[in-house]
Amino acid sequence: MASHGIKDKVAIVGMGCTPFREHWNKSTDDMLVDAAQETFASAGMEKADVDAYWLGTAMSGNSGIALARPLKLHDKPVTHVENFCATGSEALRGAAYAVAAGGYDVAMAIGVEKVKDGGYQGLSGAGKAPTDGTGRSLTAAAMFSLVAPAYAKKYGVDEAELKDVLARIAWKNHHNGARNSRAQFRREVAQDVICNMPRVAGPLGVYDCAGVADGAAAAIVVRAEDAHRYTDRPIYVKALSLVAGTGSGVIDPEYDFTHFPEVERCAADAYKQAGVTDPRRQLAMAEVHDCFTPTELVLMEDLGFAERGTAWKEELAGSFDLDGDLPVNPDGGLKSFGHPVGASGLRMMFECWLQLRGEAPDDRRVASAADRGLALTHNLGGYPGEMVSFVGVVGSQPG
Amino acid sequence: MRGILSFSSYVPYRRLARSAIAEVLGGAPAKGTRSVASYDEDTTTMGMEAARLALDSSPAGHEPDELWFSTATPAYQDKTNATAIHAALRLDSDRPAIDMGGAVRSGVGALRAALDSTRSVLVVTSDMRTGLPSSADESSGGDGAAAILTGSESDGPVLATYLGGASATEEFTDRWRAPGDVRSKVWEERFGETAYLPLGERAWNDALKASTITAEQVDRIVVTGTHARAVRSLAGRLGTAKEALVDDLSTTVGNTGTAHPGLLLASALEGARPGQVIALVVLADGADVLVFRAGDALSSFTPARPVAAQVEAGASIPYAKFLSWRGLLPVEPPRRPEPERTSSSAAARSEEWKFAFVGSRDRSSGAIHLPPARISMKGDAVDDMEPVPMADVPATVVTFTVDRLVYSPSPPVVFAVLDFDGGGRFASELTDVDAEDLSIGDRVEMTFRRLSTADGIHNYFWKARPIRIPRS
Repeated sequence: MASHGIKDKVAIVGMGCTPFREHWNKSTDDMLVDAAQETFASAGMEKADVDAYWLGTAMSGNSGIALARPLKLHDKPVTHVENFCATGSEALRGAAYAVAAGGYDVAMAIGVEKVKDGGYQGLSGAGKAPTDGTGRSLTAAAMFSLVAPAYAKKYGVDEAELKDVLARIAWKNHHNGARNSRAQFRREVAQDVICNMPRVAGPLGVYDCAGVADGAAAAIVVRAEDAHRYTDRPIYVKALSLVAGTGSGVIDPEYDFTHFPEVERCAADAYKQAGVTDPRRQLAMAEVHDCFTPTELVLMEDLGFAERGTAWKEELAGSFDLDGDLPVNPDGGLKSFGHPVGASGLRMMFECWLQLRGEAPDDRRVASAADRGLALTHNLGGYPGEMVSFVGVVGSQPG
Repeated sequence: MRGILSFSSYVPYRRLARSAIAEVLGGAPAKGTRSVASYDEDTTTMGMEAARLALDSSPAGHEPDELWFSTATPAYQDKTNATAIHAALRLDSDRPAIDMGGAVRSGVGALRAALDSTRSVLVVTSDMRTGLPSSADESSGGDGAAAILTGSESDGPVLATYLGGASATEEFTDRWRAPGDVRSKVWEERFGETAYLPLGERAWNDALKASTITAEQVDRIVVTGTHARAVRSLAGRLGTAKEALVDDLSTTVGNTGTAHPGLLLASALEGARPGQVIALVVLADGADVLVFRAGDALSSFTPARPVAAQVEAGASIPYAKFLSWRGLLPVEPPRRPEPERTSSSAAARSEEWKFAFVGSRDRSSGAIHLPPARISMKGDAVDDMEPVPMADVPATVVTFTVDRLVYSPSPPVVFAVLDFDGGGRFASELTDVDAEDLSIGDRVEMTFRRLSTADGIHNYFWKARPIRIPRS
């Protein structure tokens, strides 16, 4: 039993990403068509050139027909995947592994979510199966808010200081998103404004939470040796790792809400697949799942970007700023983009695609992208103690 | 000899100051407070709380032969309400659970029938009294429950022997309520008094005869009923000593209707000494009188949670919140999807977990799983679990949050991660709590509540609440 990985076996040769918005005038189908067309064009392909499709959506459609119908795919296999907030990444994993296995020459991963038609703010988790009524009904904001006091207590950070750290994270991501035309929120927000927002759950204010948006993104993967037939700057898949937790954190008194074991294990697996030994210095950038500000704080440690108990200092020191040691969420993150569940993982990958190919605009270009040549994406779904985690590593060069 | 084997009361945490009603609606401010069932309580959950306390202090291991539940405000019609209590108490399925409800008189009626029965019966009475805003019923009513375990010496030590009783019944319309209405209507007050007094006196005299007791021998007497004037008037005519009259809790709890005879009987028994005679007089569509003599066992009986302590432990609630909890002042709900109805088949499958809060313990590693699991989180043992009842195990708050977004009938939701004494973790909603008073390290206990209602199906499950009165 082992996770062998598919390092350098497949490459991404085309990507597309719609703006993430309150798309009142676009349907799920519209966004799928937009993202797919942009991606076909990016790879210089047509839909008939793609042998198989993986559609990721958590609440906007079921079965392969949700993609085959709007795109009018003729006689193609379409797989629908769902893995909470890691759904978009899961679609990419499916497509990449299928090509690596030799099943297909060309595969597309596409993720979409139409959130705003639900009529509610936030992710409502609609369409759940009937249950015995004993499950938690708490919002994600409340569950993730449990992390903040636990972290502060364990590492001796006082409440006001922690609030500053969290505000710094939100400020950073809005700063980056302000420089991204695809982001939903394109204004910088001052830290004191962030700190003074009304609380929605525990210590978390409105700006501690990711936005809500509709959107879609897609990628086309081919065998690495075929990549240069489509582009002279492919990005190579180094690692795609996924861990679905046992959910024990919420029932095991040993869990302390200051780390995410699923992410730690997933990162370790991904680094092993990719041959990464010092992520802080080898990676040029990381797109991580900043659903709430305390999540990003803890992720810095779980992903090995900072020693345990030090991420809060590193955040304050600007280590993860656009011009820091290791820029985190240079595209603005979930904070600026909002979180169309099925699309987010591929939106993150789209930023890696831009940065590693040197196509990110000057005002948010990651300086070390050319030298380091490696980028990471991270998604998680669920709650602290009960989550799925995805970590992907891609690079501009094979080997 | 038959009698009472155990008893308990349940008074919900919240209190409405009667003066708060006048502040909003005008009129003369009334004195005192009334008890208020929380938004997540109903007569079934309150009855369950009383029932578990009664069994807690009952002779070790005694499981009642039958469970009878009585209320004038049932959570369900057609469907039996007692079965949820039966499930929450984990009674064997061969023990019947029956509703004996409908009218206020059914509470004392169930108690009397249980005393006349040959089996041990847990009689659970529970009620929520409501009237239209500014009504006398709203102000003087109360919410609460009582449970009385009846049986004979073969079931355990009898705390109070049933000496005898009597009834007087006549048909007259004094108080009535159309099904579904929130308010009762009452006939002209003097008529009711005139009707009740001869009935009360007749039943009283017959009961004294049946129990071979004189009025002077009665040490503690409870007089209660739905007609306050008739109750007051009758109490002065029974020939008992003035100091024998037990406080009817009208200034603190209010009149809990169906539950009130049981509640006051519990209160009377808690203040009684062995050998004393206790009489219960109830006016409701007639008169019922029951007479008891406290036995020696009463001196060594410790109620799990005394009535007085529960009355003392209350906290206030604003009048507007009371009205919204009662559905009389609909407020804007959170803009989140409303709960979906609970699946009957899924609920039936998880009856032990959902209704009785029974988890599972892995025999090899000892790890406790809440909810129960088949495969252990520690060591991966398969199907090697034993049930572990957790409803009575106290817990400590590890961390908590306040959710201002999630749907709740009374937002915001206070939610905490709890570690149970002896192992086991569960993340639970908290109830009967003000978020600003909660801290990490606080001690909590589990309580049976109604999480939501959808399509008329009540979703019963457990929540945590701060431990305010230690259970003895």
